[in-house]
Amino acid sequence: MARLNVNPTRMELSKLKKKLVSAQRGHKLLKDKRDELMRQFMILIKEDRQLRTEVEAAIAEADRYMAVAGSVMQREALETALMLPKQEVELEVGEKNVMSVYIPVFSPKYRTSDTSDIYSYGTAFTSADLDGAVSALSEVFPKMIRLAEVEKACQLMADEIEKTRRRVNALEHIMIPDYQETIKYITMKLSENERSTTTSLMKVKDMVLKQSHNFT
Amino acid sequence: MSETYKVAAIGDTASVSGFAALGLSVFCETDGAKISKLINRLAANDFAVIYITEPAAALAADTIKKYRSSRLPSIVLIPAIEGNTGDGMRALHEAVEKAVGSDILN
Repeated sequence: MARLNVNPTRMELSKLKKKLVSAQRGHKLLKDKRDELMRQFMILIKEDRQLRTEVEAAIAEADRYMAVAGSVMQREALETALMLPKQEVELEVGEKNVMSVYIPVFSPKYRTSDTSDIYSYGTAFTSADLDGAVSALSEVFPKMIRLAEVEKACQLMADEIEKTRRRVNALEHIMIPDYQETIKYITMKLSENERSTTTSLMKVKDMVLKQSHNFT
Repeated sequence: MSETYKVAAIGDTASVSGFAALGLSVFCETDGAKISKLINRLAANDFAVIYITEPAAALAADTIKKYRSSRLPSIVLIPAIEGNTGDGMRALHEAVEKAVGSDILN
């Protein structure tokens, strides 16, 4: 451990003692923050993993339908069918504060509230598999929005946890031991000074007494 | 704070055209540089969520990484029509590794 480069004075000693107290307090607070962030993160990660598995399965199913629709219908016809969507989605983005990490909260707003009214084409010229693909996607869409929310939260929290962990470690392994060592050094130096003053005083006293009274 | 934002889907035509029916803004792009530009443009233009297929995301990995620590947009990897490459799950494991120090999901 490195001792800080300070003058061994009482002034510095009291300053350092105050710093040590606040460093220890900060260390405790940051440690609590890290633990709580970690707990929240684990909950989110579990949800994220489950949502992702579900969403990936649903998209795979929709893609299967889409592949069939793509092979039955002409590409142009398929594109025309999907060109002018009936449904429109907009997101309202709010904010949630989790241990001073601001994570976004999405609430989707649909233009048409009727979930069966999403087909932007007539059924006469399109394959039924296209309906399957669209309905599979629309079913999983709320989950996809939640997935986007949770994934962003996980990324932001992972960053914050890493930062907090570094701060905790810096305080625990570097700053606090440094302060402690410097305080010890100053205390030793001060008491050493005191002893040296006492001995020189005794010596002077002896000399003065010897001079004035011829004491031996 | 509450504003309205839009949702986008990026990828090859077959994979993302279905999302058009849901009212998402669909961008069919398979060129790496164009995808990066597109993501930057969408991020600056009120898009809160961008769904991108895994092959398309692999072409613009750096740009996606850039937005990982910003609040918006949230870029989510989805499997393309060719199948699941597992990149989305891998990103999740990376986040865990970053936070915990080791991958504890396995």
